[in-house]
Amino acid sequence: MPRPEIQAPPDVFYNEAEARKYTTSSRIIEIQARISERALELLALPNDGVPKLLLDIGCGSGLSGETLSEHGHQWIGYDISQSMLDVALERETEGDLLLADMGQGLGLRPGVIDGAISISAVQWLCNADKSSHDPRLRLKAFFGSLYRCLARGARAVLQFYADNVKQSEMIVTYAMRAGFAGGVVIDWPHSSKAKKSYLVLTCGAPSVHTSLPKGKGEDGEMCSDDDDGDSSGEDGDRTVGIYERNRPNKKQKTKKNGKGKQWLLKKKEQMRRKGHDVPTDTKYTGRKRKTYF
Amino acid sequence: MRLLTHNMLASNVRGVTSGYPLKLEATNWCTKDVDLNADFIRGLLPKIDWRALVAATRALNLPELLPEEQPSEDEIFAEGAVNVEGSAIRRIHHALLEIHVQQGALICPESGRSFPIEKGIPNMMLHEDEV
Repeated sequence: MPRPEIQAPPDVFYNEAEARKYTTSSRIIEIQARISERALELLALPNDGVPKLLLDIGCGSGLSGETLSEHGHQWIGYDISQSMLDVALERETEGDLLLADMGQGLGLRPGVIDGAISISAVQWLCNADKSSHDPRLRLKAFFGSLYRCLARGARAVLQFYADNVKQSEMIVTYAMRAGFAGGVVIDWPHSSKAKKSYLVLTCGAPSVHTSLPKGKGEDGEMCSDDDDGDSSGEDGDRTVGIYERNRPNKKQKTKKNGKGKQWLLKKKEQMRRKGHDVPTDTKYTGRKRKTYF
Repeated sequence: MRLLTHNMLASNVRGVTSGYPLKLEATNWCTKDVDLNADFIRGLLPKIDWRALVAATRALNLPELLPEEQPSEDEIFAEGAVNVEGSAIRRIHHALLEIHVQQGALICPESGRSFPIEKGIPNMMLHEDEV
């Protein structure tokens, strides 16, 4: 299936059938809850137990808002799909809901909001679904109004799925032009499925406190890459040439005694970097079994 | 929609310079109990536009709920006021968080554009020529 952004505009794509999934599919619910939990963590609100007034942009059925409510915060949710908001009403979410298009600006008074999260919504702005839509103008209107409504020093964490590097660059550029400081934090960069990008933005001048948090899963391995200096730069934009694609595959050698402990440890390390649950290495890992015949 | 949200919302129509406060017209509203958190109110109060809030309560036919002038901080956050029935903080909390407007409209003071409220959700979508 292609990404939802390619299939239809958001107010059409999230129809009743699609919205229904957000109450029935435990998988979707779990993923949404996990992302919003992480977004709230990146929002780094002061740990004083005082509830804050937050925004949830693209709140949909209110799954992400539920996480905010669990932490005691009050929130205002924006969404463009009436069907998704109907589901949110059914779920009796605690926040207030608004039917609005974020590409038209948020329409809030300046400096009143303590923070904003957005789960898988910003990439929709990169599409021109109507002839009157200009992605650049819509991104500008969105980030401009977000910057205005946030209190000084407040943060916004926007999780998004960019289709390609250009899209992600465009989103970041317009956020910076609006006056935000910050950048993209990527969790599980080695995995194609678990990889999640968060645009972490701070309102106001950058300071020590606005330094970007680290993404999950970029541990020791990544750091040692940076030490190599010039080689790490080339890593990112290395492409597979045609000749390499057409090269006949090497015949896989099947060794008599299997793939060996080294191979297994390497694979386990790979999976760990992708964020999977992998059993710890013990003396039993990859041991030889008795031959029965 | 609670009055808290109404207090933050402004009109977004093109050409409007101060689309605030939006005039509230409510045909149906209800109340839901919410636990009072004095710290939240303390943080929120400086950001509240008192006159818009009072106007909103008047629009709901609740003229006695809030006074015309904002009570002083000392009065609102006095010792034990949280537990006194009908104290200033209780009434502010009730006005901001417990009143839900279900049906009605929000009207832009400058352009006269009406944003309908249905099932408690204001429709803030603009037409193509208003962006």
